[in-house]
Amino acid sequence: MPSITTEDLFQQKIDSEIKIEPKDWMPEAYRKTNVRQISQHAHSEIVGMLPEGNWISRAPSLKRKAILLAKVQDEAGHGLYLYCAAETLGMSREEMINDLHSGKAKYSSIFNYPTLTWADMGAIGWLVDGAAILNQVMLCRTSYGPYARAMVRICKEESFHQRQGFESLLILSRGTPEQKAMCQDAINRWWWPSLMMFGPKDSESTNSDQSMKWKIKRKTNDELRQNFVDMCVEQIKILGMKLPDPSLKWNEKTGHYDFGEIDWNEFWNVVKGNGPCNKQRLDARKKAWNEGEWVRKAAAAYAEKKTGKQKAA
Amino acid sequence: MNFIRKYYYGDIPEDKAGEMSEASKELTKTDWPLWEIFIRSKQGLDHKHAGSLHAADAQMAIENARDVYTRRMEGVSIWVVESRYIHASNPEEAGSLYEPANDKVYRHPTFYDLPDEVNHM
Amino acid sequence: MLKQQSLIDFTLHHADNTLILAQRNAEWCGHGPILEQDIAITNISLDLLGQARNFYQYAAQLLNEGETGGDTVTEDTLAYHRTEREFKNCLLVEQPNGDWGQTILRQFLFSTYQYLLYTALQKSNDEQLVAIAAKGLKETTYHRRWSSEWVIRLGDGTEESRERMLHAIEELWMYSGELFMPAEYEISAAEKGFGVDVSSLKNEWMQKVNAVFEEATLPVPEKTFFQKGGKEGKHTEHLGYILTELQYMQKTYPGAEW
Repeated sequence: MPSITTEDLFQQKIDSEIKIEPKDWMPEAYRKTNVRQISQHAHSEIVGMLPEGNWISRAPSLKRKAILLAKVQDEAGHGLYLYCAAETLGMSREEMINDLHSGKAKYSSIFNYPTLTWADMGAIGWLVDGAAILNQVMLCRTSYGPYARAMVRICKEESFHQRQGFESLLILSRGTPEQKAMCQDAINRWWWPSLMMFGPKDSESTNSDQSMKWKIKRKTNDELRQNFVDMCVEQIKILGMKLPDPSLKWNEKTGHYDFGEIDWNEFWNVVKGNGPCNKQRLDARKKAWNEGEWVRKAAAAYAEKKTGKQKAA
Repeated sequence: MNFIRKYYYGDIPEDKAGEMSEASKELTKTDWPLWEIFIRSKQGLDHKHAGSLHAADAQMAIENARDVYTRRMEGVSIWVVESRYIHASNPEEAGSLYEPANDKVYRHPTFYDLPDEVNHM
Repeated sequence: MLKQQSLIDFTLHHADNTLILAQRNAEWCGHGPILEQDIAITNISLDLLGQARNFYQYAAQLLNEGETGGDTVTEDTLAYHRTEREFKNCLLVEQPNGDWGQTILRQFLFSTYQYLLYTALQKSNDEQLVAIAAKGLKETTYHRRWSSEWVIRLGDGTEESRERMLHAIEELWMYSGELFMPAEYEISAAEKGFGVDVSSLKNEWMQKVNAVFEEATLPVPEKTFFQKGGKEGKHTEHLGYILTELQYMQKTYPGAEW
C-alpha cells in the first residue's frame, strides 16, 4: 500500500473543493503564497484609494462627490477585510504595511498611473474595476477560506462600482464636445494599462502551475484578459466611443475578439518602479502611516491606562 | 522565467520585480489588538461572525465595526471580542468531536415517519 | 428682514457649514492614521455632505418659489456658483485639518454645537427644517460621541498627544465663539420661530466641553478673543482656496451636466 503523505491529503481536500481554514495543516509554500497574494491584494486596495481620492475635492457636483467619497471609502473597507484575511496566516498588518513601504511587497501597477481629468473617475470605474471584478469573482472560490469569504463580501460591494463608473462615462459621452473628448481621452489612457492588470501571457508560464493546482487561482491570465476584452468591446458601443486598438477584430474561429500586442516593456517598467506615479503613491502611504504613528500610540497608551485603572478598582 | 510564472493579479513576485527595496524599518509595535466582530443583521437572528478589525479598546472596536461592517445597513447589534480570547477546537480532533453525531439519526426530525395527514409538524 | 430672506440665509448658513466641514474631512480619505479611522472620518464627511445637500435643496426650493423661470436654482448652483463673500459658514469649519488632533478637536467643538442646534430645531415651526435636523441629529449624536472619545484619548494618551491637543486648542479655540454669536438672519430666524437663538446654546455647550476636557486632562482656555465674520461672508484666507478646488469643474465647464 503506497503511503499517503499529509501533502497528499491536503491536495485531496483541495481537489474535492474543501476550503482550507487557518488552523488546518497546509504546506509552507501554500501559506506563503497566500500571505503574499492576499496582502498585495490588500495593498492594491489601499494604494488604489489615492488616484481616485485625488478628485474628491474637485468632484463636479455634490452627488458625484458623495458617490466618489463612498466609493473610495469602500476600497478602504476592502483593504481592511483583506489585511484581516492575511492576518489569519500569522503575519501582522503592521508587518505587511512595513513590507509595502520598504518596496518588498507590491501592489497592482495600474495605480501608478495618474488621474488627469474627471473622466478618469469613470474610466477607472469601468475599466479598472471591471478588470478587477473578473479576478475577484474568480477569487470568491479560491481555496483558502478567509480569503474566499473576504472576496465574497468585496464582490457584493464592488459590482456597483463598475456600474457607477460606466454611468458616469455615459453622461460624458452624451454631453458637450469637451466632455466627449475628455471621455475618449480617458479611455485611451486607461485601456492598455487595464489589459496589463491581468499579468503576463500564459505562453510565458509553465503548465505545472502550483497556484492553479492549489486552486488559489482558478483561471489563467489570458482567459481572464480575453473575457475582459470581449466584454468591453460590446460595452463601448453604448458609449459611442472607441477602444484605442486598431487590431481589435471579431474572430469567427475562436468566437472571441482578437486584440493588439500589449507593450510589455512598459508593463515591466511600471512593475519595477518606473511608472509615472510609483514614487508619489508610496510616499503618500508612508507619510500617512508615519504621521499617524503618534495617534496609534496615544490610543494604545490610553487603552492601557484605562484597563489598568479598571483592574485597580 | 520562474518569477513570471507566479505573476498574478495581487500576486506580484517579491524578488526580481522590484528595485525600490530599502532596508525594512524596525517595527514600532503600535499595532492595536485584533478584534472579532459579530453582527446581528436583524432582530430575531443570531449574531454572526462578520470579520475582524483593529481597535485600541472595546468601545473603539464597536464604533469601528459600525463604520466598517454596517456601512450598508447590515446590522442592528454588534458584539466584539478580542481575538486572543477566542479558543478554537483543533482541526485534527474534528473526527472525535463531530463524527459521533453522525449515527444519531434519531436526533433529526426526518427520522420519524408520520402519516401525511399530520401536516406541519 | 423678510421671513423668506432670513429663512434662505439661515438655511444656506447651515448648508455651507456642513459642506465646508465635509470637504475638509474628506481630505483625510486615503491618508488617515489607520485604516479603521480613515473609514470613520470619511463616514462623518459623508454624513455632513448629506446634510449639506438637504439644506441646499431646501434653499433652492425656497429660491425657486415664485420665480417664473422654473427650477433654475439647484443644490449645485448654490454650492458651486456662489463666491467667497456669499458663503455663510462659520470660520471654525474652514480651518485647515492640521494633524489628527486638530481635526478631532474641530469636529468635537462643531458636533457639540450641532447636536444642541439640531435638538433645538426640533421645535422649529418650519417642517422642512425639523425634518432635516431630525435626520442630522442621529448622525451628529454619533459624531459628538466619536470625537469626544478621541479628544479624551489624545488628551490623556501620551505626552506627545497631549502636547498636540494643547496646540490644537490654541489654533481653534478662537473660532469657537462665533458659533454662539448670532448673525442678523439668525436673530430674525429665532424671532420668527423657525430658527434657534444660538447664544442660548452656549451654556450647555460649555458644560459638555468642560466635562470632556476634564476627562481628557486638558485645560479650558480663559479670556479668549473670539474671531467672527464667517456667518456674514467675511472669512479667513482659507476659504478662497477651498472654493477654488471645490468649484473648479463647474467654473471651467459652465453649463455642463455631470
